[in-house]
Amino acid sequence: MNVAVRLFARARKLAGTDSLVLTLTEPASVRQLKERLGETCPALRPLLPQLLVAVGTDYVTDDMLVAANSDIACFPPVSGG
Amino acid sequence: MVRLTREPIDYAALTERVRSSQAGAVVLFLGTVREMTAGRRTIALDYEAYPEMAIIKMQQLCDEASTRWPITAAAIEHRLGRLELGEISVALAVSSPHRADAFEAGRFLIDRLKEIVPVWKQENWDDGTTEWVHPDSTMTAKLAMQSPSHEEADGRSETN
Repeated sequence: MNVAVRLFARARKLAGTDSLVLTLTEPASVRQLKERLGETCPALRPLLPQLLVAVGTDYVTDDMLVAANSDIACFPPVSGG
Repeated sequence: MVRLTREPIDYAALTERVRSSQAGAVVLFLGTVREMTAGRRTIALDYEAYPEMAIIKMQQLCDEASTRWPITAAAIEHRLGRLELGEISVALAVSSPHRADAFEAGRFLIDRLKEIVPVWKQENWDDGTTEWVHPDSTMTAKLAMQSPSHEEADGRSETN
């Protein structure tokens, strides 16, 4: 399946784009999505250990599964305020 | 009452939004652009957000504060884009019948905002370099703690 991933802040800068489409084998976990992200976009690898993933507007853990129509966002630790 | 804006924050108007005859106390917090950080000089900060999620998370924080303290109202506004030294990046106001609750809820709101609301800042240093600010994430640690495999491994579970 293909999933669209939105990127923000340093993730967007490193990738050079604000969104990517990843091809994953179902069922795919967030952990597998991160691995595929690193394969598809090697520039993001330094960020992977700290990368946060949101589906919709909720943070998700590495064990959770993603669906083809999931609204996925990946970004570094937040620094607002 | 939460908002993202690219315009200067009107913190007096924000404060007015939480004032009430039910409240005996109003606490206002402003986050402002600081010039010196660990000996380095900043000339400006650039803020960006994942806006849809940031709004939801800020509203969730206000809702959570309302369940934990008897507050009358809470409002948060975060600015995005380029901010010069001294400008206000975030403003939050909390009202409550008595001051202790307003102070505690306000502290909770800004501390949690910095942990979970998807907003990022980039430093523009005076030597011409730029640098994204990405603190060691408490969220990364908490999400790792929440994973079932981790809980089995060390017997701990998330307590917030």
